[in-house]
Amino acid sequence: MLLTLDHLTVDLPGAARPLLDEVSLRVAPGEVVGLVGESGSGKSTTAKAALGLLPGGATASGTVRVGDADVLALTGENLRRHRARTVAMVHQDPRAALNPVRRIGDFLRERGADRTRAVELLAAVGLSDPERRLRQRPHELSGGMLQRVVIAGALAVRPRLLLADEATSALDVTTQAEILALLRTLRAEQGAGMLFITHDLHLAAAYCDRVYVMYAGRVVEERTARALFAGPAHPYTRGLLSCSPTLGDTSRTLLPIPGRPPSLSDSFPGCPFAARCPDAEPECETWRPVAVDLPDGGTTACRRVPAAVPAAAERSTT
Amino acid sequence: MKDEALLVADGLRKTYALPGRGRLTAAEDVSFTVARGGSLGIVGESGSGKTTVARMLVGLVRPDAGGVRVDGRPREARTPRRKAARLARAREIQMVFQDPYVSLDPRLTAAQCLRTALRLHGRDDGTAAELLDRVGLGEREAASLPRHLSGGQRQRLAIARALAPGPRVLVLDEAVAALDVSIQAQILRLLDEIRRDTGVALVFVGHDLAVVQHITDEVLVMRRAGSSNRAPPGGF
Ligand SMILES: Nc1ncnc2c1ncn2[C@@H]1O[C@H](COP(=O)(O)OP(=O)(O)OP(=O)(O)O)[C@@H](O)[C@H]1O
Ligand code: SF4
Ligand SMILES: [Mg+2]
Repeated sequence: MLLTLDHLTVDLPGAARPLLDEVSLRVAPGEVVGLVGESGSGKSTTAKAALGLLPGGATASGTVRVGDADVLALTGENLRRHRARTVAMVHQDPRAALNPVRRIGDFLRERGADRTRAVELLAAVGLSDPERRLRQRPHELSGGMLQRVVIAGALAVRPRLLLADEATSALDVTTQAEILALLRTLRAEQGAGMLFITHDLHLAAAYCDRVYVMYAGRVVEERTARALFAGPAHPYTRGLLSCSPTLGDTSRTLLPIPGRPPSLSDSFPGCPFAARCPDAEPECETWRPVAVDLPDGGTTACRRVPAAVPAAAERSTT
Repeated sequence: MKDEALLVADGLRKTYALPGRGRLTAAEDVSFTVARGGSLGIVGESGSGKTTVARMLVGLVRPDAGGVRVDGRPREARTPRRKAARLARAREIQMVFQDPYVSLDPRLTAAQCLRTALRLHGRDDGTAAELLDRVGLGEREAASLPRHLSGGQRQRLAIARALAPGPRVLVLDEAVAALDVSIQAQILRLLDEIRRDTGVALVFVGHDLAVVQHITDEVLVMRRAGSSNRAPPGGF
């Protein structure tokens, strides 16, 4: 396994609940794994944990492994190498990743690309006139163009694990499609694994091999992309699917999920989705979620979805 | 009078001086029409000039060329001095921004904010409660300051305030972009209802085609350097 998170819990003093609550997740080499959920659900915190980066003052239990490395135990040069070479992250905001006074060419050179490769990479991410771009500084490019530069920089280091945190959210559909296709090709060529974070469940289902859905710091469902789309098991996943607009499908009415996503000051004695859930029963308010296996191999954490004990037994006998 | 569309944008063009030499063309020959109670989406990636066009519509940015007409009347390029003319102009087109926080007075509760806007336009401030109800804000939210509202609630308040003057056209610039999908769906649904019930026309600017297409009849796609082409929904 390339990336393994095992029961990762991250606590922050002053918060009413953990930022991450028993998050377990895997990414195999060459696999594209989606992480979806609304703002504050813990997606970025999860991705940063793979870099060995926790919020200031946070304490963690559980483990984070990338290959053989116990990431939360890395220090000094090993940690630096891990962050610079093994894992690459593309953030929501490209400006945060670029030094405003340095040229685009310097940014790529720092990541091990010589001039020829830098030009190749810039062309590959769809920037016109790559030669000239090398000499430009961040303020001369639009946000969409900068995001392409950052992606080129991430690809330049040939990482084993690529973390894409809303990396294409601000781009138009055509560009987004181009960049996603490119990321997939390069991932295949370099054999890297990718954790693809998005709030767009439809995009995740179309793009990823497997998808984790997070809510209030927990994984509520883990499925193959196809299964997630065809038969979402958790009421929150179903809610997300029916409230997200899809391209071309304008006749469908959006069904909003009532209420709002929880913040860190909301704590939950039971299922965190109970207040917004159409299937909630009084017992849900005190039921502490545990993931159960689904017949098709996925998992979900809802007490109204019966555990697939028979399916698990079938699997062990075949 | 000729049967002209409610909103007409005709050959809008805007360039900005670049530091050093040259000019950046933010929008070039952008033209479109919106019918009474109709809706137009404007999509494009950052830097394609969407916001510039939205700002030209409301008069926050002065076009280098071209103009905007509402109900056949040309909108003056600069805000009129006289109060009556200014208010009349505000009743034509109202705007809602991505981050309502910056456009809301932090010292006014939601209800005060609406009463102030209603009074300014000579409308009955007793309808504030109705407006709040219209956008799904309850009594608790009515008495809250903007900083005590969630992002979605603030956006509802901003929409209610934009509706207060009784505008013919509502221009929304990335109005749901910062919201979670579940909240976004609540707001999209609200806008749809408002359009149906009040006949206000919508110009909905956004980068997410799926979202824009969902609540508009027609979509204008802007490419960099401000050129554009128009496509009916489902034409992609
Ligand atoms: N450094 C930090 N200090 C304090 N709280 C933090 C820190 N980083 C994250 N949080 C909190 O942890 C929770 C999870 O945040 P996270 O950024 O992981 O969510 P997310 O799913 O990535 O959301 P988004 O979709 O908005 O990016 C949020 O409530 C956030 O405010
Ligand atoms: S446990 Fe209950 S409240 Fe939670 S998702 Fe399942 S049905 Fe809904
Ligand atoms: Mg995030």
